[in-house]
Amino acid sequence: MTLTMGSAVDRAATLALSRHADRIREHVVNMCANDEGGHLGGSMSAVEIFTALYFAVLDVDPLHPSAPDRDVLLLSKGHAAIGLYATLAERGFLDPDELAGFGTPASRLMAHPVRSVPGVELPTGSLGHGLALGAGFALAARLDGRRRADGRFRRGFVVLGDGELQEGSVWEAAMGAAALNLDNLIAVVDRNGMQITGDTERVCPLEPLAERWRAFGWAVRECSGHDLGALVELLGGAPWQPGRPSVLIAHTTKGAGVPFAAGLVQSHFVKLSRRQHTRAMAALSRSRSRRDPGDG
Amino acid sequence: MADPAMPADAEPRSTRLAYRDRLVALLPDHPRMICLDTDTGLFTGVEFGPVAHRYVNLGIAEHNLMVMAAGLAASGFTPFVNTMATFAASRTAEAVKIDIAYNALPVRIVATHSGLSAGHLGPTHHALEDIALMRVLPNMTVTVPADAAATEAAIEQSVDLPGPLYLRLGRKPTPQLPPAAQPPRIGVAQVLRTGRDVLLVCCGPHPVLASLAAADVLAGDGTSVGVLNMHTIKPLDVSRLCAHAAGASLVVTVEEHWRSGGLGGAVAEALAEHAPTRTLRIGVADTFVTKVGDHDSLIAHHGITAEAIVARVRRALRRGVLCRGGAERRPRAAPPVRNGKGNPT
Repeated sequence: MTLTMGSAVDRAATLALSRHADRIREHVVNMCANDEGGHLGGSMSAVEIFTALYFAVLDVDPLHPSAPDRDVLLLSKGHAAIGLYATLAERGFLDPDELAGFGTPASRLMAHPVRSVPGVELPTGSLGHGLALGAGFALAARLDGRRRADGRFRRGFVVLGDGELQEGSVWEAAMGAAALNLDNLIAVVDRNGMQITGDTERVCPLEPLAERWRAFGWAVRECSGHDLGALVELLGGAPWQPGRPSVLIAHTTKGAGVPFAAGLVQSHFVKLSRRQHTRAMAALSRSRSRRDPGDG
Repeated sequence: MADPAMPADAEPRSTRLAYRDRLVALLPDHPRMICLDTDTGLFTGVEFGPVAHRYVNLGIAEHNLMVMAAGLAASGFTPFVNTMATFAASRTAEAVKIDIAYNALPVRIVATHSGLSAGHLGPTHHALEDIALMRVLPNMTVTVPADAAATEAAIEQSVDLPGPLYLRLGRKPTPQLPPAAQPPRIGVAQVLRTGRDVLLVCCGPHPVLASLAAADVLAGDGTSVGVLNMHTIKPLDVSRLCAHAAGASLVVTVEEHWRSGGLGGAVAEALAEHAPTRTLRIGVADTFVTKVGDHDSLIAHHGITAEAIVARVRRALRRGVLCRGGAERRPRAAPPVRNGKGNPT
């Protein structure tokens, strides 16, 4: 992952973000060790994207999740719900203890986001809906006409999967958002390169992906989707071109952080055995120690 | 009861133009209303004036229309979305289901060209499935105004209606109904006639007019016929349906829709559960309408006419009909069997 830009985010701040990301990863691994299993791969690839958004970019307040001027996030790749729930818990929208109930009858946490969970704007999971939902929020923000102190409208962020881009409705929304000049709409593509049956480029190629978005009228940037400094700098600075919606192609590794799952198609949906859970947690602990030796 | 004869000055009016004009009139006073269009052309030439920013043409993109409407509604707006019924119901069914109905968002789905009103545009533009697809969705209100005035009333009433609304409109001008004793209210069946023997339950311009005309003819036979304009299919006014079906030996539904799943399906379900009554469903047969013709000729071809209703009712009464409670009142032998499977036709 060497696509990092000259980062304006200082090292201490990035380190603090990475600690949030560590805990989010642990939550995700724990949730995949329940009786039902969970979408490990696509949640782990998006952990830094979630972390950057919820801890450094989105203007949201866990105590007032429906505040009218908040930024909104739509998880178009709704199967990464456990990554979102873990992030919402880490950010204070949810009690982290609630995560232990994921997928059980007494819980409200199902495998695709539900609106009853504080911080979830709208349910997603059927792919190809999130971008137009985000466009609706972005248009609403513009029609509301309320500008913030910095002169911008509230923003709509949409996290898309890369395999999801095979849905035609994504491009219908992309064309429509550009036509409306919705520059307060910002998409992030979790470009982990994989879908259930293999590499995206083998199943139904997406490349040249950046060119495709540009051709649809979007401002495009790319970075490592695991580089918190780059993510914060780019997403925090969006929109990048007045009058154009923005898309960040974030290059990631599916299952990142769990060595026996990382980079594997099979990491898509996993029910971790007790032994696998122990190995995964140990690996997360090791990588934290390597990066942050003083953290115990 | 209202005089079924058409007032002399009642020129046919298009339900979709009535909708357009009423919406345009309402927009200035309702700052959270927004009109989303998909290149329908319905608003061509309309001067929106100071509310022009609340008319947005998204191009030919119905999925984007429905999903963006959901995003807007979740942000506190009340979007009126415009497309043809076949696209609203079938093309974007999943977006309507998940993004609008699941979230119970107040999107107003204005579906023009419903039924066979697209005429010679053919089956790609006919919508004979939309009531079925929409009424099965939780949270959805489904209403079929029978004329322009009822359309205007539905638009007015939709302002305070919670959740999504499917408003089924036509294309070209259709006759105006005679003034009724009670104005149409969403969710309340409109009693156009009361009668003892047969109850006609209908929705939409031609079916309602045909039902009223059929009731007149049948009255000449000495048959007392009630007519319910069941303009709201969901939530169905079950109490009025059952009250007016009580004592009748036959209920006939009349609609411009495939016979499956629409008004006839809704009425049959309700009666089977609450007040079992022999029910005939008049609508378009289980086939695509490939005959070329205008709206009137197509619905006539498919038997959505006063003559067809009269013929069906007379035949059913001649044969005798099953009575409530399983008892039979049969003046003659068992009904003839047409399909060889023992099912009375």
